[in-house]
Amino acid sequence: MTDEKKPDRGLLRIDDEECKGCGLCIEACPPRVISMSERLNHFGYRTAFYKGSGCTACGVCFMVCPEPGAITVLRLATPALATSAPETVACASN
Amino acid sequence: MPDSSLAEYEVVRGKARSFYPRYERKEELQHQTHFCPGCGHGTIHKMVAAAIDELGVQDRSIMVGPVGCSVFTYYYFDVGNVQAAHGRAPAVATAIRRSRPHGIVISYQGDGDLSAIGSAEILHAANRGENITVIFVNNAIYSMTGGQAAPTTLLGQKSTTTPNGRSAAREGYPLHVSELLATLDAPVYIERVGLGDNRQIVQAARAIRRGIEYQVRGLGFSLIEVLSPCPTIWKMSPVDAQHWVRDVMEKTFPLGVFVDRAHDRLPAPPPSAAPTLADLPHLLGVADQDLPEGHAHALSGDLPVDLQVRIAGFGGQGVLLLGEVLAEAGLDAGLEVSWLPSYGPEMRSGTSNCHVRIARGAIDSPLVATPGVLVAMNEPSLRKFDLSVRPGGWVIYNGDEFPADCRRQGVRVLALPFTRLADAMGDKRAANMIMLGAVLEIAAILPRQSIGAALRRLVKNPRWVELDERAIARGRELLRQALAEG
Repeated sequence: MTDEKKPDRGLLRIDDEECKGCGLCIEACPPRVISMSERLNHFGYRTAFYKGSGCTACGVCFMVCPEPGAITVLRLATPALATSAPETVACASN
Repeated sequence: MPDSSLAEYEVVRGKARSFYPRYERKEELQHQTHFCPGCGHGTIHKMVAAAIDELGVQDRSIMVGPVGCSVFTYYYFDVGNVQAAHGRAPAVATAIRRSRPHGIVISYQGDGDLSAIGSAEILHAANRGENITVIFVNNAIYSMTGGQAAPTTLLGQKSTTTPNGRSAAREGYPLHVSELLATLDAPVYIERVGLGDNRQIVQAARAIRRGIEYQVRGLGFSLIEVLSPCPTIWKMSPVDAQHWVRDVMEKTFPLGVFVDRAHDRLPAPPPSAAPTLADLPHLLGVADQDLPEGHAHALSGDLPVDLQVRIAGFGGQGVLLLGEVLAEAGLDAGLEVSWLPSYGPEMRSGTSNCHVRIARGAIDSPLVATPGVLVAMNEPSLRKFDLSVRPGGWVIYNGDEFPADCRRQGVRVLALPFTRLADAMGDKRAANMIMLGAVLEIAAILPRQSIGAALRRLVKNPRWVELDERAIARGRELLRQALAEG
């Protein structure tokens, strides 16, 4: 099927309870796929969120983020990688 | 046909295993750090944790936390944690590394901590080439205390203590710690990195990993200085603060490797384990038959023992020796003891006092805040500690007359001119031993053999031992008399 959308190479999970909305990931992201929410979280911070597509799994957002677990970067599994990575999850690409 | 909207993804970057899943801090906030939004500490913490994970040394890593914003390393890192006094982390790390040869010791310090109050410790740890890794977080300011100038504050930078900007004439120039330490021969690796942009951050992570890796390989001292943003105190947005590191700070503190001697260093052989207790007499050249046996068997009963004595007087009255004999006798009787002297720099005159505790169980603190027995060898000492004696306790006072205003309900007093009594026995310097006799009679737990043994161990001259034994007997007798008289 040629019109089938190719899944993104990467995927982000941002924990909006741990995020403090500093915005460093938004600034750092090369493909610019992270944005700041209008909504405040439980603690009163605006938080970063993944726009839903375009992540390349480069991991830079994770590196600049000051919170240990606010950002998790996932990469599309390839057969070669799948053998070395212990944690594999299935989830929607958008 | 496979569903293209569902694909297999795997985690490539996530929370390091070397962090606790939840942090033991304020109830509501256990899922996040205490750092301000955009703080460089969180980013650096993650680099350290990732390096520990990658090198597989979590179960032997020990973090030495500083004083400052990053004081809470123990909340976050699931490794061994010790929190050092301000600036002392390299000294503490030295001790830990030497006593635990297989430990991986990481000293994590800020610029106020390391480059001001701790400048001596870092200099000498580096000069000794201690096999530790120092993470030096430089944000050019004292942040936790509210923004005072640090040695690293930039020229012209405003702070609460340099409100018009740092001036070289008044406050000197920013201290270049990495360059300074790079002049030493011992360090194996010194690099300055920054958190100013993506490229710098990737390099910072690499440097931190290398510093810890060199320690794992036993190569010696590493220091990684990280220029780190403090958006709150700099009064900038996190993104502006990040750029300020790159555009402004870096001009004063150029990035780069100052020392990397890994290629010409051989790994140090791991130090041998510390000797066991049983090996010590042999190492010290003490023969088995010379070891004191003690008189634990002579200790009567198994009643709880908790003797707390404060002894005070002027220097030269034998205050400390009195306490030492008491503690040594407790030790001889197989009890737990502590002896804590407190005195000025004078060898004679001046004031002097000591705390003695003797107990059957472990002693939590060597301080005696509320003594059961106070030995006051002069009036100023009496007035200083009189009110601290607990109800039901004793005051043994060296003086003709006990000051009326020091009398208290529930505290018994034995006031005699002990110095004169000692003089009559042959030497006024034995007054302390007469008073010790009274203490022993009150405490009545220590076997007499232990007193004799302690005395002979601490007093070398046999003539004095003989006089002291008589003096102790006299003190016991005086107390018994006082009790009989009511």
